[in-house]
Amino acid sequence: MKFIDEFRNSKIAKNISGAIFNKSLGMKSINLMEVCGTHTMSISRFGIRRMLPSNVNLLSGPGCPVCVTPKSYIDRAIAFSNLPGIIIATFGDMMRVPGSYSSLMEERSKGRSVRVVYSALDAIDIAEKTTAKDVIFLGIGFETTAPTVAASLVDAKKKGLDNFFVYAGHKVILPAMKALAEDREVNIDGFLCPAHVSAIIGTAPYDIIAGRYNIPCVVAGFEPLDILQGLLMLIEQVKSKKKKTVKNQYKRVVKRSGNKKALSLIEKVFSRGDSEWRGMGRIAESGLYLNKRYSRFDAERAFSLPRIRTMPDKGCICGEVLKGIKTPFECKLFDRDCNPDRPQGACMVSSEGTCAAYYRDRQ
Amino acid sequence: MRKITLAHGSGGSSMQDLIRDLFIKNLGNPLLNKLGDSALIDIGDKKLAYTTDSYVINPIFFPGGDIGKLSVCGTVNDLAVCGARPRYLSLGIIVEEGLDYHDLERIVLSIRYTCSKAGVNIVTGDFKVVEKGGVDKIFINTAGIGEILKGSRLSRNYIKPGDKIIVNGTIGDHAAAIVMARGELRFKSRLFSDCAPLNSLVSSIMCRGIRFMRDPTRGGLATTLNEITPSSGYNIRIDESEVPVKESVRALCEILGFDPLYMANEGKLVAVVSSRVASKILSLMKAHPLGRNSKIIGEVEEAKDKRVYLKTRIGGTRILDVLRGEQLPRIC
Repeated sequence: MKFIDEFRNSKIAKNISGAIFNKSLGMKSINLMEVCGTHTMSISRFGIRRMLPSNVNLLSGPGCPVCVTPKSYIDRAIAFSNLPGIIIATFGDMMRVPGSYSSLMEERSKGRSVRVVYSALDAIDIAEKTTAKDVIFLGIGFETTAPTVAASLVDAKKKGLDNFFVYAGHKVILPAMKALAEDREVNIDGFLCPAHVSAIIGTAPYDIIAGRYNIPCVVAGFEPLDILQGLLMLIEQVKSKKKKTVKNQYKRVVKRSGNKKALSLIEKVFSRGDSEWRGMGRIAESGLYLNKRYSRFDAERAFSLPRIRTMPDKGCICGEVLKGIKTPFECKLFDRDCNPDRPQGACMVSSEGTCAAYYRDRQ
Repeated sequence: MRKITLAHGSGGSSMQDLIRDLFIKNLGNPLLNKLGDSALIDIGDKKLAYTTDSYVINPIFFPGGDIGKLSVCGTVNDLAVCGARPRYLSLGIIVEEGLDYHDLERIVLSIRYTCSKAGVNIVTGDFKVVEKGGVDKIFINTAGIGEILKGSRLSRNYIKPGDKIIVNGTIGDHAAAIVMARGELRFKSRLFSDCAPLNSLVSSIMCRGIRFMRDPTRGGLATTLNEITPSSGYNIRIDESEVPVKESVRALCEILGFDPLYMANEGKLVAVVSSRVASKILSLMKAHPLGRNSKIIGEVEEAKDKRVYLKTRIGGTRILDVLRGEQLPRIC
């Protein structure tokens, strides 16, 4: 496959892996966090962990949209699905995430109308074809999905659709990275920054991480050679005594200023607000909510829900796992009460979640 | 209250648990407990293979096949991979009222054509119509009986370290064609299901050196390999770059975040063969129209943690686990 296979060349991979071994020789342990879930997924899919020396630790960060979506969001999404005349449209990964009492997949088997879509625009399609029902799209994800949801809302407004709604749960990544950098428990030597999110926001926003917290950042693509090279670039910076900076491995896609069109779409539709992250708590200015001009599409305004008591996670250490403080092996539930068939926490649900990745690789 | 979800039917671990905890627990007997693609039965001095399968698919017509062709191929293949020559099939059809007569006719003609290609006959049948909503358009069940071929002696117990794993062509074609045929994606492709009866391919290669065969349908190649390892007692190592996947299928998988190793096939078999005869079997398979793209994709290893390992395209290694739940498209 063109433009893919070039970045999966086994000879080059072996060379970069060799360079990583050389560079990190004699260094104490190096903790590198891949912020984005797609990196986590790629690392496990291509078996990259086994190509690294034992002193290089990869920590999976809070960039898996499903993993950081709080349980209360799932509970409310399920409550929406139980209202009469509602179709829930969602990305597939959300289906199996357990809420306090049920999951969307269970609700679908009870006869609730829950449809898997590939983009918010598909949800618009459903709304146009089923005018007798109201379609609520579960808007989760980071700056990668936010522009397409924004575009769908602009489209819905133009078409005058009155049966399309978004339950806004979008998040932005930088405040979470800052929270991690400030957390004293967390010990991160370098951030492997997301590919797609950076294509939207650019590399400039990470300057604050390198500048204020002295943690090097490398934006890397999702292909295995991208990741290996990105890790090598991080280790070089960790080793060097020079001031830490933001470097861009993924120049073929990511520009310093990002994608201005996408950013202005986000600006047009959303406003910032505090947001709850599963396991990390409330992070200021980390959520995207529909602004005044688009508030009529806001599912939370349009429909009133009964009070829902969200049950706390029992024994689940997703939060510490998301911060990279603990590995899934340190969780009492891991591989006992919690496995991909019966996930307790979100990190086990999504195939890009840390626990699911560790589960696949368990010995 | 526990409910049955789609994951219970997707061929992965949820379904395996259900089979063990509900069906085997209540209906188990020595023949059923083997959980083969077919049951192997001795009647008098005849050795027979017996199997059944139900077919539900949306859409009922798709590039490369239809529910009729599928319902013949699936049962024929389950018999064939057990080393049997498929002979007789039963056919049970349940139709939702309102189905076009013409569609039903097309399906029956397709069944007739596929049966003649596979050399089997439908010898008994049943037809029912239910109210609108009772089923989705049409559900078909077939059962089949076959005679065990001479020289066939297949069991996971015969698998030994050093044995080679062969697959008869590109994987994931069927699932990819179905995903596209549902028309939910806003792009077009020329993907065709690989749906085909495999019995003539099997009889062209059958010999003592073949230890075991399976058709990797639901759950795909990865799930099938994981069904082999526990009872063989050995590990399997697969080389990802040797696994044949069509460019178009790979591209679709990249877009949706699917893994072709978990995508269903309807005209593929996985054979575990002794290394002594591997190259002979490979060339026999390549000479058959349904095996032109056959490849040796890996081998059985001495190590005994009963896992399937994948050597990835870039030279890394990972465990190839069974499918968990449904394969769902990812977010970003």
